[in-house]
Amino acid sequence: MQNEVILKVQDLSRRFGGVRAVDGISFEVKSGEALGIIGPNGSGKSTLINLITGFVKPDKGAVFYKGNNITGLKPHKIASIGIARSFQTVKPFYNLPVYKNLIIPLYSNRVKKQLKGGCMGDRDEAAMHLLEEVGFERESNLPYKITGTLPHGYLKKLELARCLCLDPEIVIVDELFSGMSMSEIASAMPIMEKIVAEGKTLIMIEHRLRELFRVVQGVMVLNFGKIIARGTPEEVVKVEEVKEAYLGKEGETVA
Amino acid sequence: MKIKKGYRKERLDRGIKARVDDVFAISSYREIMYLAMPRTLFIIFLLLLPLSGSITGPYWQGVIIITCIIALLTLSWTFMYSVGLISLGHAVFFGIGAYIAGWLSSSLNLSPLITIPLAALSGAVLGALLLYPVLRLRGIYFALITFALPLFMMRLIEATGCLGGTAGLSGLHAFPSRLFASYLVIFVLLFVLFGYLKIMDSDFGLVLRAIRDSDLSVHAAGINVPLFKAQALFIGALPATFAGAFLTHYYRFVGMTAFALEYSIFPITSAVIGGTGLFPGAVLGAFILTPLSESLRAFGTLRIAIYSLLLVLFIVRLPEGLFSFIQKKYFQFERWVPLERKDDNAK
Repeated sequence: MQNEVILKVQDLSRRFGGVRAVDGISFEVKSGEALGIIGPNGSGKSTLINLITGFVKPDKGAVFYKGNNITGLKPHKIASIGIARSFQTVKPFYNLPVYKNLIIPLYSNRVKKQLKGGCMGDRDEAAMHLLEEVGFERESNLPYKITGTLPHGYLKKLELARCLCLDPEIVIVDELFSGMSMSEIASAMPIMEKIVAEGKTLIMIEHRLRELFRVVQGVMVLNFGKIIARGTPEEVVKVEEVKEAYLGKEGETVA
Repeated sequence: MKIKKGYRKERLDRGIKARVDDVFAISSYREIMYLAMPRTLFIIFLLLLPLSGSITGPYWQGVIIITCIIALLTLSWTFMYSVGLISLGHAVFFGIGAYIAGWLSSSLNLSPLITIPLAALSGAVLGALLLYPVLRLRGIYFALITFALPLFMMRLIEATGCLGGTAGLSGLHAFPSRLFASYLVIFVLLFVLFGYLKIMDSDFGLVLRAIRDSDLSVHAAGINVPLFKAQALFIGALPATFAGAFLTHYYRFVGMTAFALEYSIFPITSAVIGGTGLFPGAVLGAFILTPLSESLRAFGTLRIAIYSLLLVLFIVRLPEGLFSFIQKKYFQFERWVPLERKDDNAK
C-alpha cells in the first residue's frame, strides 16, 4: 500500500484568457504521503486543485487516480471515489445548524451505505463524532448554532470536517490556516498530523510554512503555473529560484 | 414602536416553548396542546370550509377552491425556492398540468379521477425535463428562463392551433359535485403541506437546502447536484401540475389562460406576504391574498391598484412575512428591562 502511486498528474494545463494558470504540470503522489504545495499568490495552486478535483476542466493533460484516468469527471464523482477537498474561501451551508452541515457528505453515495440503514439518528451521531474530532465540543452549544454565526476559524475547521466525512483516501486542503488565529492553528495541527498518521494521503496548500513543514514530508513550489522545485522542506528552501519567487529578499527567516 | 427611555427590549422564549423544545419534556396535555393546537385548528378550519356553503353561497365556495389552488401553487413555488430555484413562471407547470388533463379528457374520454393523477405526474416529469438543461443556471438566469417558458407555450399553442388553439378545449368531464371537488383539493393541500414539511426535515431535504446555500460544497461532498435539483423540480412541480389539472376539470375547460401571468405572480406575492421560504407561510399568504383580491372586485379596475398598495405595505412593514411574525408572538414574549449602565446606551 505504501509507496504505491495513488495520484499521478500528467502535463496538466489550463489557461484563463491569456494567463497560463497551470502550465504543463506533472507530478506523482505516493499513497500515505503528505505533500505541501506552496507558491506566491496567483501561481496556480488553487487552479491545480480545481483541475484535479474536476471543478475546472483542463485544456490538456490527464489525472490518474490509482491508475485510472479521472480527467474530466464531474466533481461529485471525484469526491465519491475518495478525493475530498476543502475550499480556500469557506463555503459552508450558512442557514443550517453546524452539525447538519456534515449530514450532506454523509448522505452521499460513498458514505450512505456504510451508515447502518441510513437511519437519521445514525447520521446525526456520525456528524457529532466528526465535529468533535475537529474541535467542536459536544457539550457546548457550538454544534447546534446556525453556521452563519460561527467565527471564521471554526468555519475553516468545519470545512475540514466536511472533507473528512467522506472517509477520503486523498485529502486536499486549500489554505486551511489562512484567517485562523495562532491558537486556532495550534489546535488544528494535531488534526492534520492525525490525518497523516492514519495513512491518508494529504495534499496541503499553505502559506504558513512553519506549520506546513511540521506536517508534510515533501514540498512542491509553483510559480507562474510551473513547478520550480520539489523536495523535502529543507531542500526546497535552499533553492535559489524559490527564495526569489516566493520568499523574496527576506527568505532567510522562514514564514 | 414606542421606545421607553432607560430601558431595552428583551425577547425571550416562553417557558412552555423552552420545555417542549425537547421532545421528552412533553408531559402534560397543556404542552401537547401548545404544540399541536395551531395545526389542528388549521386542519379543522379547512375541513369545515366547504360545509359553510349554505351561509356563504356558491360564489365564495368557488373562491375557497381557487384559494386552495393558489395555496398549492405557492407551496410548489416555495419548495423550488428552498432549493434555490426561483421561478418567475410557475404558470408553465400549471398550464402543462391543465393541458395534459384537458387532452386526456377530451381525446380519451377518461374520468377526472384518472386524468388528474396522470396529468399531475406526467406534467411534473415534463416540467422537470423541460428545465433540466438549464438547471446549471442560478439566480436571475434561471428565473428569466422560467419567465419565458409560459409565454413560449402560450404562443406555441396560438400559432400551431394544436390542443384547441385559441378556442381551447371545452365540454370536459366534471367532478361528481362541488363538495367533492372542495374536499379533494383540501385533502391534497393538507397532504402537500405536511408532506413538504416532512421532506424538508429529512436528510434528503437537508441536501436540497444545502444546494441553495452553496452548490459547490455539495458537489465537493460527493453529491450529484443536477440529479438532486431535477428530483426537487419534479417534487416541486407536482402540486402545480395537480392544480392545473384540477382546475381544468373544475371549469370543464382549458385554454391559453392556463399559462396566464396571474398563475406566476400570485404564488410569488403569497409567498412573500406569508413568509418567503416557509411552507405554512405560503398557505397563509394564499389564504389572505386570494380572498382579498376577490373581495376587491367591487372596486373594478382600482382593484389591482389597491392590491399593489397592500402588497407594498406588507413588504415594508413585515419583510419577514406574516407567518414568522405570528410564530414569534406565539413562541416568544417581549419585555422592557432597565439598562444597567448609562454607557450601554452610548453605543
